[in-house]
Amino acid sequence: MIDRSYIGRELPPFTVDVEAGRLRFFAKATDQTDPVYRDLEAAKQAGYPSIPVPPTFLHCLDLEAPVLLRDMLGIDVGRVLHGEQQFVYHRMAFAGDRLTFAARVEDIYDKKNGALEFVVKAVHVTNQRGEAVAELRNTTVVRNG
Amino acid sequence: MADNQTHLTTLATVRVGDTLPQLVSAPISRTILALYCGASGDHNPIHVDIDFARRSGMDDVFAHGMLPTAYVGRLLTDWAPQPWLRSLQVRFVAITHVGDIIHCNGRVVAVQEGADGNEVRVEISAADQTGQVKIQGQAVFAVPRQ
Repeated sequence: MIDRSYIGRELPPFTVDVEAGRLRFFAKATDQTDPVYRDLEAAKQAGYPSIPVPPTFLHCLDLEAPVLLRDMLGIDVGRVLHGEQQFVYHRMAFAGDRLTFAARVEDIYDKKNGALEFVVKAVHVTNQRGEAVAELRNTTVVRNG
Repeated sequence: MADNQTHLTTLATVRVGDTLPQLVSAPISRTILALYCGASGDHNPIHVDIDFARRSGMDDVFAHGMLPTAYVGRLLTDWAPQPWLRSLQVRFVAITHVGDIIHCNGRVVAVQEGADGNEVRVEISAADQTGQVKIQGQAVFAVPRQ
C-alpha cells in the first residue's frame, strides 16, 4: 500500500527550458503535420513569438522533474497505468520559455480491496514572467494484483 | 463540406451537434512507440522493452496513453486555434496496442456564454479500428467575441 501520509505533500518546484528541438521531435513522434508546430517561420506567420507548446506537451515537460513522484512513493514502474489527465490552459507557452512546475499530491486512494491504487497529482505551471500557464491534474493507477 | 466542419473560425457558424473532421492515425508501430518514448520524456520501459513488459505481466509493449492523447490534441488544434483552447481532460478506458489505428472524433455538445468568450464544449473520443474506445474526454474552447 502506498503511504497515505503523502496526501497533501508538496513536491519541490523545478524549472525547465522549452527547447525548439524537443518540440520538433515531439511533432515528428506524433505525426504532427501543421508546420506551426515544427517551423519557426510558420509559427511567426501564425502570430506566435516562437514554436508553440502543443496541448499535451506540458505533461511531457512535467516528466523532467528531478525526482518522479512514483519513485518517491516507491511505486514499481512496471505496474503503473495512466488513468486520467486534465489540462486547464491560462496562456500559451513557446520555445524559449522557462517554465516552473509546482506539484502537490492531491489524493491517494484504492479500489477493489487495494488491487488498484490511485495517485492524483496537481501541478501549477508558470512562465519566466510569473504568469500562470496551466494547471495539470494527473491520475496514476497502480496494479497491485 | 460546410465551414463549421473544417475549421472553427467564428462562433457564428458553430452549432451543437457539429462534428470535428475525424483524425485517423497510422498503425501504431514499435518505431512510433520508440520515437514517442524519446520525444515525450516518458522512458517507462514497459512501452518499448518487450522483456520488461512480459516481466511486468503484460503480453507485449503498449502505447503510452498520452500518445493517442497527442492525436486528440492534433484533432483539436486542426479545428480551432490553440489559444482558444481552455481545457482538455481525458480518461484512459483501454490500452492502445501495437497495430492499432486510432480514430479521433469530436462533437460539439454545448455553446454558451463564458467568462472570457463564448464557450464551445466538445466531447472527444479515440477508438481503435474495431471501434473499441481507448480515450473519452472533453475539451472547452473560448471563442473570442467579435
